[in-house]
Amino acid sequence: MKLAVCIYEGPYNHEAADSAYNFIQAAIQKGHEIKGIFFYHDGVYNVTKLMEPPQDDRHIANRWSAIGASGIDIVVCIAAAKRRGIVDEVLVPNVRISGLGQLTMMAIEADRLVVFGD
Amino acid sequence: MAEEVKKIMFTVRKAPHGSIYVYEGLEVKLIMAAYDADISVVFMDDGVFAVKQGQDTKPLGIKGFEATYGALVDYEITKVFVDRQSMEERGMTEEDLLVIGEDEDTEEPIKPQVVGSDEIAAMMAEQHNILSF
Amino acid sequence: MLHTVNKSPFQNTTLESCIRFVRPGDVILLLEDGVLAAQAGSAKSALLEEAMGKCEIYALEADLKARALKELVPGVKTTDYSGFVDLVEQHTTHSWL
Repeated sequence: MKLAVCIYEGPYNHEAADSAYNFIQAAIQKGHEIKGIFFYHDGVYNVTKLMEPPQDDRHIANRWSAIGASGIDIVVCIAAAKRRGIVDEVLVPNVRISGLGQLTMMAIEADRLVVFGD
Repeated sequence: MAEEVKKIMFTVRKAPHGSIYVYEGLEVKLIMAAYDADISVVFMDDGVFAVKQGQDTKPLGIKGFEATYGALVDYEITKVFVDRQSMEERGMTEEDLLVIGEDEDTEEPIKPQVVGSDEIAAMMAEQHNILSF
Repeated sequence: MLHTVNKSPFQNTTLESCIRFVRPGDVILLLEDGVLAAQAGSAKSALLEEAMGKCEIYALEADLKARALKELVPGVKTTDYSGFVDLVEQHTTHSWL
């Protein structure tokens, strides 16, 4: 089945990013196709390479980047990103900035869209 | 054979202005309206305050969205609903709701439709996907 | 429909709203702070006991464990992320954020 995931909250501050990550990992293991991952609202902070968490904690941005490296489309909303000072230069590899049209396509083309937020 | 148009619902359950969800959620609706999708919007819980008329955000110094909600029909977003119980629990009546456009022929103002929870639950069950804000 | 609830019932009324819109055959999945509703014998456990009459209720194991919740309202089932994916596969999802 084609799944898409939308994430509304920033890293560490809220559990949404962790729930979404664990959900996506389980979905991949079960052989589902992840149509895309879309970061909206403060969710755009999930993929900045400027974050430097303590070494004994998970690195949320690198975790997303690794998922992106496996070929899954990870999209950061341009309108939400601009508002919050997130630009191409600060992104981890394997993610891209694009418009809300991408979220629209995910909502239409994916069999299921799951939203994680506050 | 053409593929059927997908039903996408937006639920708005958060209060406006205290956080950005309602504002940025509106941006998604306006973009999605340009695509081939059957869109509906349901205001429930504190989300009903988003469609209360007379919002003045000037003293706050933030950009409001009442004018944009007033043009939903122009964006061809016409399936707009308010949960009756949420509205009544918050001391609001149908008269408090803002106008979302006007009828093309009669120029009569159009307001969101006030419906019961059973009706909303039935609509939710028909959707392809649902986005919450 | 699959309804996901991630809010504590002790802090806001999201779970109550969700239950109001649940239809027979629907499923509620409690996750994140939402799992606090599953604690047996709490002031809010009647909410789930009542909802169980019309739908299945699951709580996410990882969130229960993180919060040391062991005694659950009778009838609440537990699931892992893999089970969460299965529920999504079976139902259109609404997140009660």
